[in-house]
Amino acid sequence: MDFLGVPFPVFAGQLLIGLINGAFYAVLSLGLALIFGLLNIVNFAHGALYMVGAFVAFLLLDILGIGYWPALILSPIIVGAFGMVIERFLLRPIADLDHLYGLLLTFGLALLLEGFFRQMYGVSGETYAIPDALQGVFNLGFMFLPVYRAWVIVAAIIVCGATWFLIEQTRLGATMRAAVENADLVRAFGVNVPLLVTLTYGLGVALAAFAGVLAAPIYSVNPLMGSNIIIVVFAIVVIGGLGSIKGAIISGFLLGLCEGLTRVYYPEASNIVIFVVMAIVLVVRPAGLFGKTA
Amino acid sequence: MTDTSKSELRPTGETKTANAPSAGGAASILGDIRLWSVIGLVALLIIPHYVYPVMVAKVLCFALFAAAFNLLLGFAGLLSFGHAAFFGMSAYITGYCLQTLGFSAELGILAGTASGALLGLVMGLLAIRRQGIYFAMITLALAQMVYFVALQAPFTGGEDGLQGVPRRDLFGVIDMSSNMNVYYLVLGVFCIGLFIIYRTVHSPFGQVLKSIRENEPRAISLGYDADRYKLLAFVISAALSGMAGSTKVMIFQLASLTDVQWQMSGEVVLMAVLGGIGTMLGPLVGAAIIITLQNELAQIGSVSTIVQGAVFVFCVLAFRRGIVGEIKHRWQIWRGRS
Repeated sequence: MDFLGVPFPVFAGQLLIGLINGAFYAVLSLGLALIFGLLNIVNFAHGALYMVGAFVAFLLLDILGIGYWPALILSPIIVGAFGMVIERFLLRPIADLDHLYGLLLTFGLALLLEGFFRQMYGVSGETYAIPDALQGVFNLGFMFLPVYRAWVIVAAIIVCGATWFLIEQTRLGATMRAAVENADLVRAFGVNVPLLVTLTYGLGVALAAFAGVLAAPIYSVNPLMGSNIIIVVFAIVVIGGLGSIKGAIISGFLLGLCEGLTRVYYPEASNIVIFVVMAIVLVVRPAGLFGKTA
Repeated sequence: MTDTSKSELRPTGETKTANAPSAGGAASILGDIRLWSVIGLVALLIIPHYVYPVMVAKVLCFALFAAAFNLLLGFAGLLSFGHAAFFGMSAYITGYCLQTLGFSAELGILAGTASGALLGLVMGLLAIRRQGIYFAMITLALAQMVYFVALQAPFTGGEDGLQGVPRRDLFGVIDMSSNMNVYYLVLGVFCIGLFIIYRTVHSPFGQVLKSIRENEPRAISLGYDADRYKLLAFVISAALSGMAGSTKVMIFQLASLTDVQWQMSGEVVLMAVLGGIGTMLGPLVGAAIIITLQNELAQIGSVSTIVQGAVFVFCVLAFRRGIVGEIKHRWQIWRGRS
């Protein structure tokens, strides 16, 4: 059974991998977009915090014997709290300066975190077992779909949807959007904007940690896992634009699929296809697919 | 006044001179520069007789790299996170020219510089279409693409890199096999590079760049084609980074993936920030410190990465002028008082 020149199971298999990568891209770029909205900085430490999320899950299991399901909640909370400390004590003092300083600072943080975990755990990585409930595969007839991979996609969609709902449909979200538009005015209405900023950074970071826990059983828990993925996510963010929540989610999934398709037809280019798409978008539509202004 | 110079990525004290350019001040600074460059040059000529020349040559190589990066950040306000692409790709090109094509040393370096400029033109055309943090992300992403190309392309040697690149004679006659001769070659290249940067900054072109950095819409409304100026600055910076990458091959006879990795882009940013953004000597000081640090900490695993991250955070939080910028700032205050 051939499909577009390749055996259909191969095609579907690569598309599935693309979709899974897309799920991680979507959750990570969503967090970046949230943080960018209120803080106006690009969180270079996002990849490192994704890695820390995976490590926290690993350490919870290794030291305290706490399993996957509690870790899925606990790790984002722990890393999110850590993020709020970072925002309060490191990012807030430089909030009024040129935003490039925020970028430099978070880059330094990324180096610190990555170096720390590399020093403690080496570069070979630790394995994290798939929880019992998600073992096994679905037989779809044309291919086998590992249950855990299906779960990753579902979980990512749920989290993206929940975040979208929080931002677009709730009172808190409305306040956040108002603060993005005009922080001073919102402050004049008695809203504690600095607290809102701290919470937003915490939420964005928690999303990264959540993605890290999801990734732990698929990829090994590795100090370098963050820096490998974050540069791709940056390219996706350039393509989609940081302006909209929906844009970040959609472009994350789309480019994951795009990467999967490339792996089917021209595997040598699968590493760089997203960067090529970014270059094309910059030429054709410099503001990004979902961006309003340059 | 201090507040404005703190809030923007601009060299220290420049606001002062920009507001009231006094002929006397300019002359004394010029006098300083000439005096100090002679003193510096004499020191650099003597140092390798007391310190391992390869070590000093490495510092000069990275100082040129950092100075080229600083031309873009300090004087055009563009933060590139992809300068490793120029450094590393030029290292590969020079290595290939020396090893496979049998170029002489100066032609190898020229080829590396030219390829840096060409790559800079392509990346610059794409990157200048967006500003600020997007510019940083685009350069980072494009450099990562260059990294993957270097990983897979046939002429780079993949994971092994190019090893044992021969040190060909300079102009076909001057022997380059001794470390001391290579050091003087690197010193020469460094001086040429720094002179080009100095001339670029202190030219009408450099003034336009500064005006774009300070207020781009205004510069455009005055009739300057901001994108063309930014692109040219990007190409010059990329070419000089390429030149630095070429000298690296001459020093270590090696071109490898570390030269094109994003960590290298981060390192050069750190050198410029630590030394002082927008100063002429800052990158040299920053490079010397970071290289020494890496050498001292090389034995203890990832400590060097941790320390670099910590220095980054510290510089941004409390030491934004950098070492040379801070000295310049203090000096200006002191002179203002007396």
